[in-house]
Amino acid sequence: MKRLLPLLLLCSIAAGPPVDLRSGYDDASAETRAMQDDDGGNPGFLWVREGEAQWSQPAGPLGKSCASCHGDATVSMRGVAARYPLIDKATNRPMTLDRRIGECRTDRQQAEALPPESDAALGLAAYVGLQSRGMPLNVDADNPFVAAGRRLFETRMGQLNLSCAQCHDDRAGMKLAGAVIPQGHPNGYPEYRLEWQAMGSLNRRLRNCMVGVRAEPFPPDSPEMAALALYLAVRAKGLKVETPAVRP
Amino acid sequence: MTGLPPRGACVGRRFLLIAAAGTLLPAIAAASPVQVAVLIRRLIGDATVSEGRVKLDLPVLVENGNTVAMTVSVDAPIGAVHSLHIFAEANPLPEVLHATFGPRAGVPRIQTRIRLATSQTVVAIARMRDGTFWQDSVELLVTLAACID
Amino acid sequence: MVRVLLNVPKQVRKGEPFDVKLLISHPMESGQRRDAMGLAIPRDIVRRLVCTFDTEEVFGMDLFPAIAANPFLVFSAQIERSGTLSIMFTDDHGVVQTETAAVEAV
Ligand code: HEC
Ligand code: HEC
Repeated sequence: MKRLLPLLLLCSIAAGPPVDLRSGYDDASAETRAMQDDDGGNPGFLWVREGEAQWSQPAGPLGKSCASCHGDATVSMRGVAARYPLIDKATNRPMTLDRRIGECRTDRQQAEALPPESDAALGLAAYVGLQSRGMPLNVDADNPFVAAGRRLFETRMGQLNLSCAQCHDDRAGMKLAGAVIPQGHPNGYPEYRLEWQAMGSLNRRLRNCMVGVRAEPFPPDSPEMAALALYLAVRAKGLKVETPAVRP
Repeated sequence: MTGLPPRGACVGRRFLLIAAAGTLLPAIAAASPVQVAVLIRRLIGDATVSEGRVKLDLPVLVENGNTVAMTVSVDAPIGAVHSLHIFAEANPLPEVLHATFGPRAGVPRIQTRIRLATSQTVVAIARMRDGTFWQDSVELLVTLAACID
Repeated sequence: MVRVLLNVPKQVRKGEPFDVKLLISHPMESGQRRDAMGLAIPRDIVRRLVCTFDTEEVFGMDLFPAIAANPFLVFSAQIERSGTLSIMFTDDHGVVQTETAAVEAV
């Protein structure tokens, strides 16, 4: 504790958002990168296949599946994940892809909500996300929520009193106890984490980081979470979508 | 599927590592080199094991002990290998896998992913159809141990 | 439900070895972990996996808790005629699951 906290706390260089964007992929070990690169060995594809099955599975009283309205996902969902989060026209608020899928499920299929982090929810998100793999993130930044998200990102929180920016802007690339602090980009979600031994959403990842600094995490569907997700995507503009990524 | 496995003391370990330089990992009961030696003796009976022919590929520095890529291959023609056996000296249970090659097996090589509780030595034994045994071992450093506490 | 991704070439050359690649969605719960309440989480692992080609054995493996969650496996097979490759496995619940793929030998 005594040896490392000073490293994190004392030097308060404010670097600002990264100029040279590095995906978490670039900071992972060769073995972890190889796991992501091979679709036959990337465990995220277990969830992708689950999502593919869900896509054409009717649900709710109308007997509709995602495919009933959207047809072939490889066509209709191409490039969609690269544009999210966006400002929802109906509510004029940031809308994440996970929320959009959830909304189609409950409002348009009128089926029961898929529990967050369930295999079905992660599978659908992974299957939709995969249709944008390799495309650069290109989220519309022309709205006030981006600045709100950035403020949250740069606000100290929790018992460790650290902001996201202090780790992911100022100390990205630093190695502490063998762990590299990545720039903290959202371009691979949902992703398979070796630590989780499972697939997880960006929400779960952000919760981990907040619990890590001993802060009370923002609720999953809160405006704060959506604003953070939006700022992260704007900050990562140009990085390629990697869903389903693999990370330590 | 394994969406949200029940989590024990594993949550946020990396942050603890960052904050506390790794002093907070819980102690777990581990196997020992002696236990592995006993298992190997049971496997080979009165035979002896020679170094060589079998090759164990593992990263020397492990990023996360939950999932460690491993390749084992034997320098032998198709059909010459009877089985492969892997042991981890400091896991809670020393046995990792036993694999047997049938009449339709191809090249004697397998690839899988294993868990390593801590820094330790992993041993591979190949049993040939001619009754000889061969071994290789790798000593590796695990920065973040497998979540088996 | 347990999901299995089995990757094999649709067509191979007679007598030439080819890779069989496998991913199984399974927690491989080691039986050594405790939950947030401190209670032991029961062991739940894939114990045995067997690969056959029609009726002949290709490869068999006994698995232990040291195999990572969502087991990944690559091994090699070699066939002289077209047929069906099948993977059968058993976990701690005794569930037997089979996954098959047709392979053509030319
Ligand atoms: C009854 C028809 C219907 C069903 C069923 C349906 N959707 Fe939708 N979905 C829509 C409509 C209409 C929109 C456009 C909403 C908008 O742009 O405001 C949409 C939008 C979307 C979007 C955003 C696309 C974009 O370009 O922004 C995604 C992603 C999506 N749906 C996924 C799904 C998934 C996954 C399912 C199945 C769980 C599903 N939808 C089921 C009608 C449907
Ligand atoms: C103490 C340093 C620290 C703080 C503070 C922190 N993180 Fe992280 N974050 C990490 C580390 C380290 C990782 C890499 C994963 C791991 O090892 O746990 C990570 C991973 C991430 C990732 C995943 C990147 C990828 O490639 O998948 C995102 C996104 C992220 N953080 C966002 C945030 C946000 C948003 C905040 C503020 C709410 C935050 N982090 C606060 C250290 C931190």
